Amino acid sequence: MSAARTAILNDIARGLGRAPLDPAAQAAVTRRIDSRTRNTVPLRGQLPAAEQRDLFVSQAQAMGATVNRIGSTETIPDAIADYLAGHNLPTELILSPDPDLTGLPWQRRPLLSIKHGAPWPTDMVGVALAVAGVAETGTLVLHSGAHASTSLNFTPDTHIVVVHGSQVVGAYEDAFDMLRAKVGPSWPRTVNLITGPSRTADIEQTLIMGAHGPRRLHVILVENQTA
Amino acid sequence: MNFQPLDFKANARKAMADPNLREALSRVQTNFSGRRAEAVARLPEFDQLRHDARAIKDHVLAHLDVYLERFEQKVVEAGGHVHWCRTPREARETILSLCRKVEAKTCTKGKSMIAEEIALNPFLAANGVQPIETDLGEYIIQLADEPPSHIIGPAVHKTKAQISDLFHEHHAKLGRTQRITDEQGLVNEAREILRQKYFDADVGITGANLLVAETGSSVIVTNEGNGDLTQTLPKMHIVIASLEKVVPTLEDACTILRVLARSATGQEFSVYTTFSTGPRRPDDVDGPGEYHVVLLDNGRSAMVGTVLGELLRCIRCGACMNHCPVYQSVGGHAYGWVYPGPIGAALDPHFIGIEAGQHLPQASTFCGRCEEVCPMQIPLPAIMRHWREQSFSARVTPPLQRYAIRLWAMAARRPALYRLGARLAMGALALAGRGRGRFARLPLAGGWTAGRDLPAPAGRTFQDQWRGARE
Ligand code: SF4
Repeated sequence: MSAARTAILNDIARGLGRAPLDPAAQAAVTRRIDSRTRNTVPLRGQLPAAEQRDLFVSQAQAMGATVNRIGSTETIPDAIADYLAGHNLPTELILSPDPDLTGLPWQRRPLLSIKHGAPWPTDMVGVALAVAGVAETGTLVLHSGAHASTSLNFTPDTHIVVVHGSQVVGAYEDAFDMLRAKVGPSWPRTVNLITGPSRTADIEQTLIMGAHGPRRLHVILVENQTA
Repeated sequence: MNFQPLDFKANARKAMADPNLREALSRVQTNFSGRRAEAVARLPEFDQLRHDARAIKDHVLAHLDVYLERFEQKVVEAGGHVHWCRTPREARETILSLCRKVEAKTCTKGKSMIAEEIALNPFLAANGVQPIETDLGEYIIQLADEPPSHIIGPAVHKTKAQISDLFHEHHAKLGRTQRITDEQGLVNEAREILRQKYFDADVGITGANLLVAETGSSVIVTNEGNGDLTQTLPKMHIVIASLEKVVPTLEDACTILRVLARSATGQEFSVYTTFSTGPRRPDDVDGPGEYHVVLLDNGRSAMVGTVLGELLRCIRCGACMNHCPVYQSVGGHAYGWVYPGPIGAALDPHFIGIEAGQHLPQASTFCGRCEEVCPMQIPLPAIMRHWREQSFSARVTPPLQRYAIRLWAMAARRPALYRLGARLAMGALALAGRGRGRFARLPLAGGWTAGRDLPAPAGRTFQDQWRGARE
């Protein structure tokens, strides 16, 4: 225990007029954390599933993302190839190393060249898989792990994110509950909430896209798996 | 950082005479304030969220020691480290020794007001570690060797032409000799120059908008993505955070993030909100090998349980300065220390002492807009008043002002005299300010109006209106 730590905790407790780390305060904190009580959650996202997906799409678009709604995972390579061709973008892809991405039928589009892993500065198009989409603000949720590269969400010029319709939820709180259920006690190193492509307004408050992160964010919403 | 001397009056006078600054400040008003109002109008629950956000922080502050310990425990469980630092000096030295541990030559930096508070950059540079600011606004002012003038838009005071000159001057030695004058071109150039630096840096330093006790996470919010590149690519991620940033759970983080984005830039949500917890796991694809949180006190623990404790709810959104008539008139540099605007006027005297900061709490019209828009409901005017009283009793207030305050106090104790005086004054002011709603100058109060416009009163005193409303 460092001297600074003790001094800081003592100072705080003195201000609160009690002993540092006193048992009643400990108990109150344990209760508060364990209860995971939700505060006010905006009604905006609390909708039936189909409308939730519509809201997710319109909010993501309002934040500058483009969205393609498709019917099955098999056609993801087609959707990506068509998007890249339509925007005159390079056809070399770097995939986050998730079997659900690497195992897609990429041979359907032989003109695409496919790598996976963490990106180099020269990789221009990255493809990632989200664990949730939040309707409230059109936000994607991704996390790090053995099957996901975090830097891939930031270094390529074009970021393509696949999200399944069944993973679209109303509010951030719903997404965190999903994540807690998925990862258990071992919280990932990085959880990214991504809402639209990179931008800055640091020059005369003029909005310019593509500051340091991706210039384009393209969302592929796969709607075949809805419950 | 070359902060200006703490002479608010002289700084303000200089600022008022700067046409570039006046133009820049008018943009702050239309953009930040206008967009905030629109975003708030789109979310019917905004006021309820503010109320909740305040309650979260009040609860945390009443159990702050315990929350900090819980946070530390979780960071350690995830393989990270927490370094408790009482003073800016302890924090600087801790960061330097971490940089030395990995033999860092350069470190990239995300935006952090705490880094400004501890004057980190000059210290690292003097000790052989080159800090590279990556937020575009911070990058611009690093080139200009100036402090930030706004807590979320550090370069709001710079014009496009000035930025173009700065880039031309500094980037020529990198072989970029062509002058760039359009916004997109300037952004692209900074993007290209910083790109390789992210990959080359040994250490990435970020601030934290929040710390989450439940998971031991630090949270950053950016629109550019610079903070994520900073904290993902190097070997070591250092987070500098002041100790009031902790919240209990992810649910609480959600609530505060909802009010933060809307209050700050009027966005529905910031583009990148990132939760970082410990270093990369053994089988992770990427991420930093080490994760350190430098937890700074710098006198905050002594604020707990006092009038100033309410300031610890601040989430540094900048709304108070965006809506402040004084900030609008003089800009951020005039305040002379790290935090400008109403939050600075209320907070800075605590850090630099009431003697050095005596002008700051005077930099207010007491119009109350800051408290109205503050998402954390911090009574900023009351705290400025507290400092005025302190400075009055510490006798650092100038004699003329002391005399005027005593005169007012005498009249205030004699209601009839007070009402008469106030009514006469209000009538005269309303007449003089008719049609414009504000004064740029007041006779006999030049020192006061030199730095700010006085909102013209409605022509009736508060007491009159109150009586009228009751009748
Ligand atoms: S005092 Fe309130 S309005 Fe000002 S920066 Fe802090 S939270 Fe925002």
